Amino acid sequence: MSLLEVVDLNVWFDLPGSGRLHAVQGVDLAVERGERLGLVGESGCGKTTVMMALMGLLPSSATVSGEIRLEGEDILAGGEDTIRPHRWVDMAMVFQGAMNAFNPVQTIGRQIVEPMELHGVASGQAARRRTSELLEMVGIPASAAKRYPHEFSGGMRQRAALAMALACDPKVLFADEPTTALDVMVQAQILMRLVELADELDLALVLVTHDLPVVAQACDRAMVMYAGRVAEQADMDVLFHDPRHPYTELLFAATPDLYGEDHVVSIPGNPPRLDQKLVGCPFAPRCPKAMDVCRREEPLPLAIGTGHVAACHLNSPAREATA
Amino acid sequence: MTTLSNDAQLEPPLLEVLDLVTYYPVRRSFIDSLQRRPRQWAHAVDGISFDLYGGRMLALVGESGCGKTTTAQSLLRMVEPTSGTIRLEGRDITHLRQRELRPLRRTMQMVYQDPYESLDPRFRGRQTVEEPMLVHGIGSGRAERRALVDELLERVGLTPPHLYADRYPHEMSGGQRQRLAIAASLVLNPRLLVTDEPVSMLDVSVRAGVLELLDSLRREFTMGVLMITHDLSTASHFADDIAVMYLGRIVERGPAKEVVRHPRHPYTRALLSVVPARDPRRRTTPHILQGEAPDPVAVPTGCRFASRCPFVIDACREHDPVLDPVSGAAGHEVACIRADEIESAALPEVVGK
Amino acid sequence: MTTIELEARESAPRGRWRFGQLVKERPAATVGAVLLALFILMAIFAQWLMPYDPYHQVGPVFGTPSLAHPLGLDDGGYDVVSLIIQGGRISMVVGFAATLVATVLGGGIGILSGYFGGATDTALMRMTDYFLVIPDIPLMIIIAAVWGPSLSHIILVIGLLLWTSTARIIRSQVKSVRERVYVRRARSVGASHARVIFRHILPQVAPLLVANTVLTIAVAIFDETALAFLGLSDPTAITWGTMIEHAFERTAISAGAWWAVVPPGVAVSLVIMACSLLGQAIEDATNPRLRVAHLSIRGFRILPRLPGKVADR
Repeated sequence: MSLLEVVDLNVWFDLPGSGRLHAVQGVDLAVERGERLGLVGESGCGKTTVMMALMGLLPSSATVSGEIRLEGEDILAGGEDTIRPHRWVDMAMVFQGAMNAFNPVQTIGRQIVEPMELHGVASGQAARRRTSELLEMVGIPASAAKRYPHEFSGGMRQRAALAMALACDPKVLFADEPTTALDVMVQAQILMRLVELADELDLALVLVTHDLPVVAQACDRAMVMYAGRVAEQADMDVLFHDPRHPYTELLFAATPDLYGEDHVVSIPGNPPRLDQKLVGCPFAPRCPKAMDVCRREEPLPLAIGTGHVAACHLNSPAREATA
Repeated sequence: MTTLSNDAQLEPPLLEVLDLVTYYPVRRSFIDSLQRRPRQWAHAVDGISFDLYGGRMLALVGESGCGKTTTAQSLLRMVEPTSGTIRLEGRDITHLRQRELRPLRRTMQMVYQDPYESLDPRFRGRQTVEEPMLVHGIGSGRAERRALVDELLERVGLTPPHLYADRYPHEMSGGQRQRLAIAASLVLNPRLLVTDEPVSMLDVSVRAGVLELLDSLRREFTMGVLMITHDLSTASHFADDIAVMYLGRIVERGPAKEVVRHPRHPYTRALLSVVPARDPRRRTTPHILQGEAPDPVAVPTGCRFASRCPFVIDACREHDPVLDPVSGAAGHEVACIRADEIESAALPEVVGK
Repeated sequence: MTTIELEARESAPRGRWRFGQLVKERPAATVGAVLLALFILMAIFAQWLMPYDPYHQVGPVFGTPSLAHPLGLDDGGYDVVSLIIQGGRISMVVGFAATLVATVLGGGIGILSGYFGGATDTALMRMTDYFLVIPDIPLMIIIAAVWGPSLSHIILVIGLLLWTSTARIIRSQVKSVRERVYVRRARSVGASHARVIFRHILPQVAPLLVANTVLTIAVAIFDETALAFLGLSDPTAITWGTMIEHAFERTAISAGAWWAVVPPGVAVSLVIMACSLLGQAIEDATNPRLRVAHLSIRGFRILPRLPGKVADR
């Protein structure tokens, strides 16, 4: 039994006017304690929506189906009632752009204490002591608890957001583009701290980002999403050296690398619209290896090796037999 | 003045920047002004010089606050330079008045970071590209302008042009919007294109396409491109030359590959070390600098990097280093008095707490 | 939530509103628009709609409502229905004309102030502040008293006092649009100030200006009624305000002739309500900040799992 297991997660959004957008389509994933999983893909691929669904933070225009099992318990079944007891206690998140994640008129310390009090983890003196510990843990002097968000630099605020997420000692930590708006130097610092903390606290870390090199350096495993679906999921090393989905391969090729000499290429075309019915593989129109079957049938996720799953007709046994 | 590259020295540079200085006034509090405290200045750009030749791409790299954006804005005269000289095609434009500058605006164009913000949401593609023509009276009639718009849209890869000419920005993807913005800046046939983080808001899969477009355009029109970026990987792949800025100064510059492969300045080395590698097997060890860059209002004497430099010696705090050529590497210059001594020394790994 | 916003950004036409969509999403706007249209049509076709000549006595003083005179007769024995129609015509003309003055003045000052900023902004806004703190009614009383009661004076007085809020609202909007990168880009291309204002800024603030105009009409009509009620309007003109004034002055209340007071009051209220409903709706529809409802999270629905798919791990 995995710590967090998601089976066949689907999310739809009602569009203004009429119409529906199938933002997440049949996503399966599992994370263990101490594991660092990257959720990568381009904007609109559904990676943030997956995370929001797992945290139970979708807006009222959303419809969800599937199972979200936390230590075996399906927490999606009862909706908000079954998710609430776990939110921030078992699963916490670091928001993108910590700038807006804080209330500007409350001290940082007060805002870290708040979730502890709300969930009855600690209160009063104990909560303040824990706040000091948390701040030191993320690399901020404990005295900074008395300061206000605007007195913090971007990096400091991101660290404080991390402290806030760790307040109730969660088992799963989601981080949504935690370093995107920061300078490279600060980015590296925060990322290092995040990885160290995940190890120290034996957290399951889910890093949601569009930045492949960040995932390559920080995560053990990654899930590449495209058009709301899982394109490929594997250990980071396998994903880079033996990708079995053309999208994964092209995504790496499109990422400039300081150490690589190879030509950086872009992927022609655009992701499909998710408010319309798709026939075939969603990546087929942009795929250089697309075959007839790709335009007709949607490829199902197929296990290739241990923990390696890809949804591409190129891997189908029938094709290998004929080849 | 040394040149960035040696193969284009025959003709004069397209853009010559000599000792450019741009200060911003710091807001004084009311009490301060009552006490007649002197007005303070933030040294955003503090004496930088470089040449840019037609057909070449120079990347100005640095962290936020290093002055790279102010440099661009000073060049375009969106911000008034405090001192120094900016020459465009041999003509001194440092102190031209806005009225005199208007015809020159055709020569230098800017591509902004966020293509969603830089396009008027109420303008269709055609109107966006047409506007500079109308402003400068290019194209005698509707038909001629139409043809030019179509040609440009096609050139930037928005094909078929008629499809994109009728679209509003919100009906396009990020990459398409940035291509449209590039088309709108090309319409005046500029000699210099200043691009501020042109792809940082775009999806990874389309970044390369936009950069390749810029790359082919500069070759085709022998246009000089100044790219402002924080992304060293992108700079190393697409630019000819890289200039690394720190606290208002260029601390190192040279041919892109040379700077990335053999960085000399401790700051450049630290900056390169924190760039994550794409290959998970290549575990990079970030050398994280302690502290933060000094306040640009109170720039320390001596080397600006001294306060964070792992190789600092007393002499560093006394002498303000100038860019000196690196022996054996043409066009590579570094502003560090210990550059030769520390070349082989490993950067100490500072654990970033 | 970023993805949701992003996707909405792609699919919904941003920054533009369509009337059809407005009607569908906001029934209140439809009510307002229909009501306002009815009043405007009534004003235009007054000639043919009036059952009697509003300037002539057609029955007994304070004659009670009857089939021939559904809303009775007033203090002079004039037909109230005809008076309402004729009065509406003048009230609306005054309201619209005063609004035009206020919108042109307020819009112009707001745009100049917001766009140029600096000393221009300070000077214009200081002036606006002065106008803003002048108590409306007393000034109107003074002006009307000095210039003499006439409809054109009423229009000018109301127009000159109503532009301040428009100017402030437009200024703040222009200030934010001015900072948008595409405005800077247009400037860096070499476009003149006039071009930037008319091509880039005005279209962006136009919906707000329209919303504000509609709301201003309501205030202008109310002010006109108030001034007329105080006897500061042209005494010979028939407006809703003078109708109420006459009714009060000539003891309609003590005579129990409610029909001489209530109908003009209701007419004024209806027009104001119509303008407010419509104006608010346009404002809501064009201001995305008022529309965002992302605090209503956690209301998502759950569907049972789709059958057929087997997890193949």
